[in-house]
Amino acid sequence: MEQQALNGLFVGSIYALFAVGYTLVFGVLDILNLAHQAVFMLAAFIALALVAVRLPLWAALPLAMVAAGCIGLVLERVAFRPLRDRADSNISGLISSIAVATVFEAIAMQIFGPDISRFSENTFPDRIIHVGSATASLLQLCIIGISVLLMGALTLLLARTRLGRQIRAVAESPRAARVLGINVNRVIAAAFFISSALGGAAGVLFGLAFNSISPDVGRSVELKGLAVIILGGMGSIPGAVAAGFALGLIEVFTVARFGSSWRDGVSFAVLFLVLLARPRGLFGQAAAREA
Amino acid sequence: MRDLFLAYQSLVAFVGINGLLALSVYATLCCGQLSLANAGFMAIGAYTGALITLHSNAPFIAVLAAAALAPALVAVPLGLPVLRLRGVFLAIATIGFGEMVRLFFVNWDYTNGAMGLVAIPQRAGLWTIWLSLAVALYLLARVRGSRFGTALEAIREDETAARTMGIDTTAHKLAMLVLGAGLAGLAGGLEAHYTFMVAPGGYGFARVVEMLVQAVVGGTAAFFGPVAGAAFLTVLPEVLREAGSRLGFAPGPFRLLLNGLILLAVILYLPNGLVSLKRRKA
Repeated sequence: MEQQALNGLFVGSIYALFAVGYTLVFGVLDILNLAHQAVFMLAAFIALALVAVRLPLWAALPLAMVAAGCIGLVLERVAFRPLRDRADSNISGLISSIAVATVFEAIAMQIFGPDISRFSENTFPDRIIHVGSATASLLQLCIIGISVLLMGALTLLLARTRLGRQIRAVAESPRAARVLGINVNRVIAAAFFISSALGGAAGVLFGLAFNSISPDVGRSVELKGLAVIILGGMGSIPGAVAAGFALGLIEVFTVARFGSSWRDGVSFAVLFLVLLARPRGLFGQAAAREA
Repeated sequence: MRDLFLAYQSLVAFVGINGLLALSVYATLCCGQLSLANAGFMAIGAYTGALITLHSNAPFIAVLAAAALAPALVAVPLGLPVLRLRGVFLAIATIGFGEMVRLFFVNWDYTNGAMGLVAIPQRAGLWTIWLSLAVALYLLARVRGSRFGTALEAIREDETAARTMGIDTTAHKLAMLVLGAGLAGLAGGLEAHYTFMVAPGGYGFARVVEMLVQAVVGGTAAFFGPVAGAAFLTVLPEVLREAGSRLGFAPGPFRLLLNGLILLAVILYLPNGLVSLKRRKA
């Protein structure tokens, strides 16, 4: 029981970290960025390549995050900014993000091949730690720790800094923010950088945790991420964190009870039921604008 | 000439099947609804058709009718609650439905789980596929000219206004979802009887994205746009394959890259798809 809970927290921390970036962009732009999973995947490959040239892991993770952030800037520039003034921008933005995700996937497949790549042995010390009656690897605990740390940093950034206030203002109303003298394009680009860096961190941690990275590794996580941001309420950061951990726990207990083939079924059942019963999710705004 | 035809026979067949699938996405898109459940509908049609063929002597036309009817029936209870959602939320809910269908078939032992059904007799040929496509095109052309079609356009432009004018928006959207499900199921049934096999892996999220890409690239302003998009995107990678390998690309990534770049170019510069090129010149 304790073991299951620990495993759930571990998986959930990665889902939460992925979904926080997802929901940040949705909150700011009202657009679902379906290329988030491709950034996640590319960051995992970048970390893999950095570790392969003998860079230590503690340096590879932040470098991969910065690279992911820069990929996010390119993504925003190519796929979202040109569409911003169009009437149907939330549907066409969704489609253009699919286009960019496809291009990213093709690039990864061309460079790293379509098969599964792995980190070499001893990338991370293989140590087992006892927590109460449960056991966990040092890696798992580090992953939970890093995720919580990053999500905490994001919360502080949004609540306390000037950039955070600007992001929240643009999320509320881009027009009003512009009137107040905020450079809206720059703030949106910054939100993309942060979102993609966090998604990239999730990718690196996922790659380390399961030690298998392939060009389509992001696809299943993308669908989990959708379930998380729907459950948490679109655009809500605390919602995404809570829902990420909740989904991780639900999944682990479902696997223990019904077998592993139903693992993915849970997230879709959750997604579907929340959309029908409570479209604004657990922490969503009182009156969801779209649903 | 005959050799050329034989060499490209399967390409011609897939243009037809992909055309039907792109039309199935267009059916909901033309009233402004982005529904991504069609890979799931296609799976239901493919499995229904394959199971009937494997376990009975039903004539092929009855098999195809069942393949189209089964997902259409599923679409009614799905659509009633889901079509209340708008925009991105409808897209997400229908993605969830599609994945649940795929997982159902992965876990169903009767159809061999993830392995799927094999050795389905090849009962679909070029004639059946293209005849089905022609029927679908005829149907959608008739819809377009009718009062019903005008109501769909009104819903696409402004749903609230359309409802105020007395249009039963839910019934109209549901009808198009059911039609789209039927077309996807028909395409699934045809593909199963052309490629000898069905497996859940072929009906994932990537498949519905492919349909959407083809519909959007062709253009959703005209009913023949999606078919043009399907033809273009099915044939182009084959034509350019040699050029790609000369540039050092493997065929898989090259196809993906091409799809992505074309979709991006179309959505940025030709929002009404390839078919709008002609009109622009005129």
